[in-house]
Amino acid sequence: MATNYRELTINGLWKNNPALVQLLGLCPLLAVTASVVNALSLGIASMLVLIGSNFAVSLFRNFIPSAVRLPIYVMIIAALVTSIELAMQALTYELYLILGIFIPLIVTNCIIMGRAEAYAAKNTVTASLYDGFIMGLGFTIVLVLLGAIREILGAGTLFADMQLLFGPAAESWKIVLFVDYVGFLFAILPPGAFVGLGLLIAVKNWLDQSIDRRNRAKNNQPKTLQIQPLKSQP
Amino acid sequence: MALINISSPHVQRPTRTADIMRLVIIATIPGLIAMTFFFGWGTLINVLLASLIALTCEAACLKARKRPLMFFLKDNSALLTAILLGLSLPPFAPWWVTGCAVFVAIVIAKHLYGGLGQNPFNPAMVGYALVLISFPIEMTRWTSPFELSGNSWDLLSFVDTFKIIFAGWSETLASNSYIDGYSGATPLDILKHRNGLTNEEVWQSSSVLANVGAWYAVSLAYFVGGIFLIYRKIFTWHAPITLLFTLTLISAIFFAIDPDTYADPLIHLTTGATMLGAFFIVTDPVSSATSNKGKIIFAAGIAILIYIVRTWGSYPDAMAFAVMLMNLSAPFIDQYTQPRSYGHARANKGLSSKGRS
Repeated sequence: MATNYRELTINGLWKNNPALVQLLGLCPLLAVTASVVNALSLGIASMLVLIGSNFAVSLFRNFIPSAVRLPIYVMIIAALVTSIELAMQALTYELYLILGIFIPLIVTNCIIMGRAEAYAAKNTVTASLYDGFIMGLGFTIVLVLLGAIREILGAGTLFADMQLLFGPAAESWKIVLFVDYVGFLFAILPPGAFVGLGLLIAVKNWLDQSIDRRNRAKNNQPKTLQIQPLKSQP
Repeated sequence: MALINISSPHVQRPTRTADIMRLVIIATIPGLIAMTFFFGWGTLINVLLASLIALTCEAACLKARKRPLMFFLKDNSALLTAILLGLSLPPFAPWWVTGCAVFVAIVIAKHLYGGLGQNPFNPAMVGYALVLISFPIEMTRWTSPFELSGNSWDLLSFVDTFKIIFAGWSETLASNSYIDGYSGATPLDILKHRNGLTNEEVWQSSSVLANVGAWYAVSLAYFVGGIFLIYRKIFTWHAPITLLFTLTLISAIFFAIDPDTYADPLIHLTTGATMLGAFFIVTDPVSSATSNKGKIIFAAGIAILIYIVRTWGSYPDAMAFAVMLMNLSAPFIDQYTQPRSYGHARANKGLSSKGRS
């Protein structure tokens, strides 16, 4: 069975985006997106777990008895999350302290369980790897987008504290958009995350609708063009 | 509401939304005069600025939603939201605080939910709550009433107030330092952050509480406006009177138990947002409960929440939070307080197992 990678890409990034359409993994999405660096690191961590779990589940899919498949998935995911947590503790300790409880909570992220059950358990290893990557990417993009909106509105900066993730060289990446910004606490507090995500979903639906309308208009046009020459024939 | 079709007798002309809103706006005038009289030009500037922004936002939203522009602009509802916000914000609130509150009230709390009649929350209170949690410093800088400076007519001049609102507090302060004497806390603030003093000691030591009469007068002005609206039958007495009664009852009980730590009922009734809220916010026909019984439960809930937050919470006043929480439960209250309709044996309330017919 040939895998349609193009469709997987479109699904993961847009049509079936885990955060905007499936609305999965909202707990970390809403909790850690107060700044770009937090959002990006949690996104990458979730993506790595997703790739790993999809890989492992699809590798063993013929040996896992379906009656106990969920406990087995949970164990696989938990093992991967523990490794990620230990790796973050070793490599980016400050970030590990900031993200705190939300790293172990990746275990409960429904996206990972959902993809293991819905995709990896039925498809080949390479296709599952790609699906994990693209779903993780779709999730990370939304996280970073929301993080950027909230950081700009809340603190007036962008890419602050990136050195926590990329080392001291990234310290100069910080962009101060507004000098003397008073700070808009609402955007940083949890309600800001809800409103921000709601607006992002609204923008996505609006884009979908306008694309749909344009497609329909385009499909109608050739018909009228075809009819016209017929009419002009004497 | 005026939009409901009324069955016979068809004697009266049904009141239009625009007329109701205009009467409510007229009823805020005594409060506006009192605020300007005691706290300076700031409130008047805020109200005008808020109205301007509100009408602009409303027009932009209507245009984006492809609705008839003049029909909705003329219903005065955006204007009323702006006036209520202008009255509740601190008189020295910077222009961007007012702008932010009005923008959120009109665009997010009203039009994103579907416009007038569809909003589950009171727009003015959403705007107020948002700026209150976002800009705590600007929102707690209240003005002292004019008597504080000793001379009976020593108000901050119109130009200076204008400068503070549009140029910022620190810039204006740098050029004329005497302005700092015009800022102060509110009575509820003083009574909350009392550093372990008893009621009597706070009353003796605080200069703000020595001028508490200004707040009494403003509340009285709102009360007069509210009574006018009840007289004109814009809303029934149920919500405002229940709110005032419940608040008095709870505060009286706690005051009787321990008169040293709990503020007396008069303070709860006449300072803060009690009167403005009771007559102009709680009576909002869109976001409050519908039936008379429902209104009583709705208002009592607000009064209880106000007392809880004022006494044990971290904010000195709680009108916005209390109203929004009870707005959220208004559909639930409506579900259980439907009155019996004519021709039916029993009221159709709650979730019946037979389904709704």
